[in-house]
Amino acid sequence: MNALEIKALSKSFRSNFLYKKTSILKNVDINVNKGSIYGFLGLNGAGKTTTIKCILGLTRPDHGTIRLFGKETGKASDRASIGFLPESPYYYDYLNAKETLALSGKLSSLSNEKIKERTAKIISLVGLDGKEDLLLKKFSKGMLQRVGLAQALINDPDLIILDEPFSGLDPIGRKELRDIILSLKAEGKTIFFSSHILQDMELIVDDIGILMNGKITKEGKLKDLVKKTIKHPVDYSLEDLFLKEIKK
Amino acid sequence: MKIRAIALNTFKEAVRNKIFYLLIFFGVFFSFSSKLISMLTIGDTLKILKDVGFASINLFSVLIAIFTGINLVYKEIEKKTVYFILSKPVERRDFILGKFLGLALTMFVALTIMISVFSIFILLLSGTFDPFILLYFIFLFTELLIIISISILFSSFSTPILSSIFTIVLYLIGHVIWTFNEFKYKLINPIEKFFAYFIYYLFPNLEKFNIKGALVMNDPISIKIILSSLAYGIFYISAILLISIHIFKRREF
Repeated sequence: MNALEIKALSKSFRSNFLYKKTSILKNVDINVNKGSIYGFLGLNGAGKTTTIKCILGLTRPDHGTIRLFGKETGKASDRASIGFLPESPYYYDYLNAKETLALSGKLSSLSNEKIKERTAKIISLVGLDGKEDLLLKKFSKGMLQRVGLAQALINDPDLIILDEPFSGLDPIGRKELRDIILSLKAEGKTIFFSSHILQDMELIVDDIGILMNGKITKEGKLKDLVKKTIKHPVDYSLEDLFLKEIKK
Repeated sequence: MKIRAIALNTFKEAVRNKIFYLLIFFGVFFSFSSKLISMLTIGDTLKILKDVGFASINLFSVLIAIFTGINLVYKEIEKKTVYFILSKPVERRDFILGKFLGLALTMFVALTIMISVFSIFILLLSGTFDPFILLYFIFLFTELLIIISISILFSSFSTPILSSIFTIVLYLIGHVIWTFNEFKYKLINPIEKFFAYFIYYLFPNLEKFNIKGALVMNDPISIKIILSSLAYGIFYISAILLISIHIFKRREF
């Protein structure tokens, strides 16, 4: 069973009342295997964030279906199995990290005991030990990214969606995030993430999907795709594959 | 539980904002200044003191309701913190209801502080406690809940500046709309009559909650008026919240 299955997803936006609609997603098909790490690639404006918003119900698709663990989504309760880290995370700067996690847990219907237990574990996992009582307005972008990841994991989700999780992180932070993603995979979680930082993606993904102009142009196992696309894949890289794809 | 979590977070945000305390301070300060005004005027000083004091509390509580109400919902959308809430298993209905209840709690606390301080002030000056102040509290609180629901409605689809203008205009209309009730009986043309009825029932009749005059003059207020005013308030708030939920459900982020 796929953790996430998107079929013929289309979405268009009207930028102005008088202007015609602009198509953002055109029949997008995505299959994310359970327990895998899926890298979602695309240039700026390709429609990656719109796809993620459709999965989360923040935006309504015009057509298409989205299935989570075999079940078609549509209700708020379907998001109980998802953890989401938005791009450039925005949180309540008058709360501290602990309060943010408590709010996140309550919104996911966790009991106070469970919130306490998960908070202690996650604070340590994302490296926020000793900072949990600081107000978020005093946090750097990298620290906020850690809080973002922590709130996404509070409900122990089966599917973790990360929108540009490496942006704003220093090399050490990126390495730590890669390790966290791999440890989540080891726990049997499915991770779906978009990123511009191909080097990081290449090191951890199992499968990739390339979104170009609202369409998935390539999807599958990273190594298979690189072998098929690059003639001499001795020193193949995801960057080569991606550049070849966008030049088409 | 989710509505409660959103409501408490909204309350926390409001009370951690310095403007909230500033407006409460001014409300208390101006109600105290009524003593000064009463000394400068001829007549029953206690009545003037109450009149000016209640008017100050009214003005500043309305300002808190309008500006807190508009900012808190709009900021969620503008600063994208709404993604944090709506990416969880939370119904959009719960978001609007949580925001409303959080703001209601904020207003309850602000009003309790202002009215308690003013009541103690009156008690010290006159040596008596007027129990009708509790009725004033209930009526003003209901009016504030209507204003909050209207500010949530506007801020769910509009910018803070426009929402402020719309809410203030509606607040002002709300205090003169009762004239349409008198007016509609004098109209003969059915179209004009329908129009007058429509306008009267569309806008909130906030004068239903204005009992300052009766309180200052010690005029009795019948149970019928109390119950009908509160029922009207509950009905109007419910209708506005239902419209807000409907608009917010259709909104895309």
